[in-house]
Amino acid sequence: MTPLTIGAVAYDPKVVTIWEGFCDWLASRGLPTTYVLYATYEQQVDAHLAGACDVAWNSPLAWLQTERKAARRGRVARAFVMRDTDRDLTSVVLARAEGPVQSPADLSGRVVATGAHDSPQATLIPLQVLSTAGASDVRPLVFDVMPGKHGDHVGGERDAVRALLDGRADAACVIDGNALAFAREGLIPADALRVVARSAPYDHCVFTSLDGLRDADVARFGELLLSMDWEDPVVRPLLELEGLRKWLPGRTTGFAQLAAAIDGLDTPGAAAVRAFVDA
Amino acid sequence: MIDLGPAPFDRGPHVLVEHALRTSADGRVRVVGSHPDLGWQLATWCRVVGHRLEGDVVVRGGDRFARSLVSGHPDAVAANADPRWGLAVRGARVEDGAAELSFALADRDTAWDEDAPRLLAQAQAGQWDPATAVPWDEPFELPEPLEEAVVQVMTYLVENETAALLVPANLVPRLHPHYREVVGFLAVQMADEARHVEVFTRRIGLRGRSPGTSSRGGQASLATLVTERDPDVASFLLSVMGETSFLELLRFLQQHGPDPVTRAICRLAATDEARHVAFAVGRLRRRGDPALLDRLAAAVRAREAALRHTSGLDPHVFDALIVLASPTFDPEGVGVGFERVVELVGRMDRARRAMLVRLGFSPERATELSALHTRNFM
Repeated sequence: MTPLTIGAVAYDPKVVTIWEGFCDWLASRGLPTTYVLYATYEQQVDAHLAGACDVAWNSPLAWLQTERKAARRGRVARAFVMRDTDRDLTSVVLARAEGPVQSPADLSGRVVATGAHDSPQATLIPLQVLSTAGASDVRPLVFDVMPGKHGDHVGGERDAVRALLDGRADAACVIDGNALAFAREGLIPADALRVVARSAPYDHCVFTSLDGLRDADVARFGELLLSMDWEDPVVRPLLELEGLRKWLPGRTTGFAQLAAAIDGLDTPGAAAVRAFVDA
Repeated sequence: MIDLGPAPFDRGPHVLVEHALRTSADGRVRVVGSHPDLGWQLATWCRVVGHRLEGDVVVRGGDRFARSLVSGHPDAVAANADPRWGLAVRGARVEDGAAELSFALADRDTAWDEDAPRLLAQAQAGQWDPATAVPWDEPFELPEPLEEAVVQVMTYLVENETAALLVPANLVPRLHPHYREVVGFLAVQMADEARHVEVFTRRIGLRGRSPGTSSRGGQASLATLVTERDPDVASFLLSVMGETSFLELLRFLQQHGPDPVTRAICRLAATDEARHVAFAVGRLRRRGDPALLDRLAAAVRAREAALRHTSGLDPHVFDALIVLASPTFDPEGVGVGFERVVELVGRMDRARRAMLVRLGFSPERATELSALHTRNFM
């Protein structure tokens, strides 16, 4: 059997370890797989639609890009597996605890530090939240670490928080887990920041398939992922590297905020996403 | 229930929740508090660490140690130490799937000695401080031949002590750390030898002299110890054959050392060396391996064959010992010194034979093997 080809984006060297390990494990369960790494999610989305990979490990934005581009070609994309840690995430907008910003509206006309221009969690969703919560003429200060990787790299969010702490920005946008991580690593001092806005829960990465593209093998691939046991010592290090305890069935109910952001925001990042989908 | 009050959850209180989860019978803990960020921070933390949140109740998630293995018993050594235990202390819960560490000596028969805990405690209690235990500042002035002889003997002692440091250093990484008292004893032995190197080196330069000579024969003899890979043989050749002989030498220097510093450092070193000999002899005696004695005897013969074409003891060292043991530096005096060194060599032989008999060799075999011992003493 021709190996099932997994597409993934190389946002970190550990990605090689992860997919080498997963492919070995899947082979031991009778499913030959291989993987192709892409520099950007846009390359991966186009490659997937062109059939260069059979399934794609997509960011939430890449999922929406695939879904929309596929629809325009009369095809159907499916989000079939996700991590337990991909469900119900939130983004928070932080401001200095002693500063004048106490609500989203206070950020009108002020500088808001964000992650990469295409980061759902640290740019698109929080800017959309601020926009709907009454902040007008927000001036984004974008930390474009690894554009094309949809904010997978934590560097942009860390830079955004630094900008807030040293006064270059009036607020910073981060995902909830990074807010806790930055406190733990000492970046955020005690009582220094406050939360002025928080998004509704949303979902993150999903494994994506396209109808008619090796449906039976994709189904088997999904079943095997769902069977991975965190207590299995062979699998656990891979799951830990990939940041999950358990694979869960995919769902598409958690992408509405992001869809609204890319449709509604008047930012270069959102405009670029719309142009890519239309291309 | 845990009430965090106004405390921010992202700055420490998660440890209270983890503790409560560990001690809770049903793995459920209700968490309340008044901090405005408690809700989302608790939810985020649960997601990241793998717990589940039901309202304000945290439900314990999977335990990475659920299938852990226990690295033996805290109060007993295992017959076989599992490579999967790695570096964990005896009795720890070791996560399954951890990288295995392979140690050549990983069973009680080859790695353990029941006397190790007692001797380790004794070794730790017997440590001395070179700065205060030695009367470095006590005034003395030696005639030139005596100072020269002391420096030559110290030069010889340093290279021998260095070999004695490297032999356990070779052994320690091959011992499974489950047998920690044995590892510990050898580590203290290395510290002992390093201290001996330190004080003997300091005595060399105490009166401004440069070190003496280091002979090919002496170095060749020591090289056979340092490169020996069989741990039983290395320990036997170093401690039973070598250090037993060396103990006699140190006692000789304690008696005939011409200055208070030389006498003190040889006395202090001898107490350490006696402990090393006791450890090695006891360990080999209790092995109860009938083939062991044959293996050790073969090693003595092989070493003798390897060193047969070398000169053995540096003649400068032999002569320096004569000078030190001579009551006067004249023909009559050095004659006395000569006889004392000959007696020393005889005492070393008797001491080795006694040790060999304690190990289980017959008196005849002990005599034969002792005679084959390196002329370099160590």
